[in-house]
Amino acid sequence: MKLLLATFLLVSHSIVRGAAVDSVQVLASVGREGSGNEAASAAWKEVVKAGPAALPAVLAATGKGSAVADNWLRLAGDAIVDGALRAKRPLPLVEVEAFLRDTSHVDAARQLAFDLIRQADAVRADAIEPSLIADPVQELRRGAVQRVIDAAKTKTGDAAKAAYQQALDAVRDEDQTNFIAAELKKLNVSVDLPRHFGFVMKWNVIGPFDNTERKGFDTVFPPEKEVRLDAEYDGKGAKVKWQPFESRDDYGKLDFNKPLGMQKEVTAYAVTTIDSPTERDAELRLGCKNAWKVWLNGELIFGRDEYHRGQQMDQYKLKCRLRKGANTVLVKACQNEQKEQWTVEWEFQLRVCDSTGTALLATK
Amino acid sequence: MTAQTLAALALSFTAVAGDWPQFRGPNSSGVAADATMAAQPKIQWSVSLPGRGLASPIIVGTKVFVSCSSGPKQERLHLICFNAADGAKVWERQLRATGRTMSHPKTSIAACTPCSDGRRVFALWSCNDVAAFDLDGNLLWTRGLTTDYPNVSNSLGMASSPLVIGETLVTMVENDSESYTLGLDVKTGCNLWKLDRPKAANWTSPIVWRANAEAAPVVVIQGSKGLTGIDPASGSKLWEYTDGASTTSSSTAIGGVIYAPSNGFTAFRPKGSGAAPEQLWRQKAISPATISPLLLGGKLFSINNAGVIATADLKTGEPGWKLRLTGPFSASPVGAGQRLLAVNEKGLMQVVDISGAEGVLTGQLQLPLKEETKEMILSTPSLSGAHVFVRTDSTLWRLGE
Repeated sequence: MKLLLATFLLVSHSIVRGAAVDSVQVLASVGREGSGNEAASAAWKEVVKAGPAALPAVLAATGKGSAVADNWLRLAGDAIVDGALRAKRPLPLVEVEAFLRDTSHVDAARQLAFDLIRQADAVRADAIEPSLIADPVQELRRGAVQRVIDAAKTKTGDAAKAAYQQALDAVRDEDQTNFIAAELKKLNVSVDLPRHFGFVMKWNVIGPFDNTERKGFDTVFPPEKEVRLDAEYDGKGAKVKWQPFESRDDYGKLDFNKPLGMQKEVTAYAVTTIDSPTERDAELRLGCKNAWKVWLNGELIFGRDEYHRGQQMDQYKLKCRLRKGANTVLVKACQNEQKEQWTVEWEFQLRVCDSTGTALLATK
Repeated sequence: MTAQTLAALALSFTAVAGDWPQFRGPNSSGVAADATMAAQPKIQWSVSLPGRGLASPIIVGTKVFVSCSSGPKQERLHLICFNAADGAKVWERQLRATGRTMSHPKTSIAACTPCSDGRRVFALWSCNDVAAFDLDGNLLWTRGLTTDYPNVSNSLGMASSPLVIGETLVTMVENDSESYTLGLDVKTGCNLWKLDRPKAANWTSPIVWRANAEAAPVVVIQGSKGLTGIDPASGSKLWEYTDGASTTSSSTAIGGVIYAPSNGFTAFRPKGSGAAPEQLWRQKAISPATISPLLLGGKLFSINNAGVIATADLKTGEPGWKLRLTGPFSASPVGAGQRLLAVNEKGLMQVVDISGAEGVLTGQLQLPLKEETKEMILSTPSLSGAHVFVRTDSTLWRLGE
């Protein structure tokens, strides 16, 4: 009788898990504009109802669909852990931790695994965190780096230098990097921030072209058709030619007002070449408060016609595929008609990195 | 009206007395008709919040819902449900931003006040992620509007609060680039309609207008060019007011009249059949600044950048008394009975008796803000029964007698 009951429970459990796996796939399949939401709404309840046994399937499906699908899955994981904690049911944290430690899993899934561990058992998460200092997921590094920073604060002299240098080697976030660099500077150690972040510093620039009534954003000026550094074109009120320009800014800002003069209702371009030893995925991370477009090897990656609403490092993360050898990056930046003091900036900053924020390439 | 229609209307909103289901309350007027306000409010309880936010709390039945954002780039989005009686956490859900999380440092990603139809709660964040939950925290649906429309964002941050009306969730995601107002199906999150809107940043929130108490509700959306009346089911434009309006301070509607922050303030009555609205009055002497007006006791109340409350008669627009409060203000004033409540950025709650010929400051309460993070109160308070709910980046308070 006991054997029969155990068999029944096992079969029931498998059926539940199987149903949950199917439902998880429904969550992972939601598409644009709410496509699949209706089915996902029912599936979400099924996944949560399956409880902790569904967590492996939730993790396995995360990162395989869209970021929105990941939120469906994340919220299911969140509710499962919450429900198990309330009911004092065991959670498969050993399996979840094993999933986290397997770096072959996608970033979003591993991040979710860590977050679920944190939600279920903060002590366990704290114990894991220091080991993530070189993790391929940028956010997972952060806690570990902060621990090294905090430890460095308690040290002096060479010990402090060594500790901050260790933190610098691992850090990828701007705020932590700035703090470390400032502390190292106090210890007479200079940090090459452009190199650390991977900002492109050397460019050729050309302009101004017209941007009256903000029409320049959509106007195809000659640099969008060809990049020929010895060419001369009709610009706004004068002939224009490419000229070399190197940023001296710690954060790689290319200020068009410097080579081209402080102007309004104008458009300019900057071009550079980056070498990649292999074909690979990468991110062009841009900060810009002007309207802009970015092309890689002649292909438009993205553009945005917003002016003077703010700029920050990594404001836009543009996923791309670098080809082996030389890659041409062309940036268009438009200045509008506004006259306020806070609309003077006509600039951008661009760095090339992997998804962790690790600087990838030397520029030439 | 058919029985089916009656049933649909009955189901469309099941909120009860005491609910504060959206930004600026049941009618987006800053007033709870059934609420009372202490002349000298005191802190009754407080709870810590897991992240930043200036979204107002909303109250549905015995529950208070608050949205937050946390993480180094505010990429973690929280919706938390508290017990209104004692502040105990009932549930919390967390998702991740799929849109951009850049904002001006003063604001945050949890800037849009959630809303509820009494059965569901809808949360929207500045990154244009929107999620619907039942009142027990079960996910009904979620969408990433910047995933769907990649240039829907504002580098200063978005702040328009969603509005649920019937079976439609209205979300204004208007900005300098790809600019829309969307009507989403409350059951699925799918688009019922999608309006192209002017390419201009806009932080105002939609409101509901009815020609009279029996008339069908109309969604009113506001922007730099004016106000537009929209059929919430179809997204069809019903009328337009084209004299321009604020992109920060939102309008208020009461008694079939819309009081709009337009050329100072303008009161107008929309007309059917595409006719131009009938202007009732215009008062240029009162500046709406960035906060939204309060309509209470036959008066319009607005607070300017200098912290002065100005009043106008709702029928004539004639200016009335003024009272200088201690500013600066980002939160809009709210009111109950004969009392107005204004909270400044430094956390000073100020209660004003509006029953007499002049406004009288009757009570003040300094909330203990965290100095180490220089936190401010930017959030409009919410009212329920005899209680005031207000939040900062770190704390939710309930105030009362």
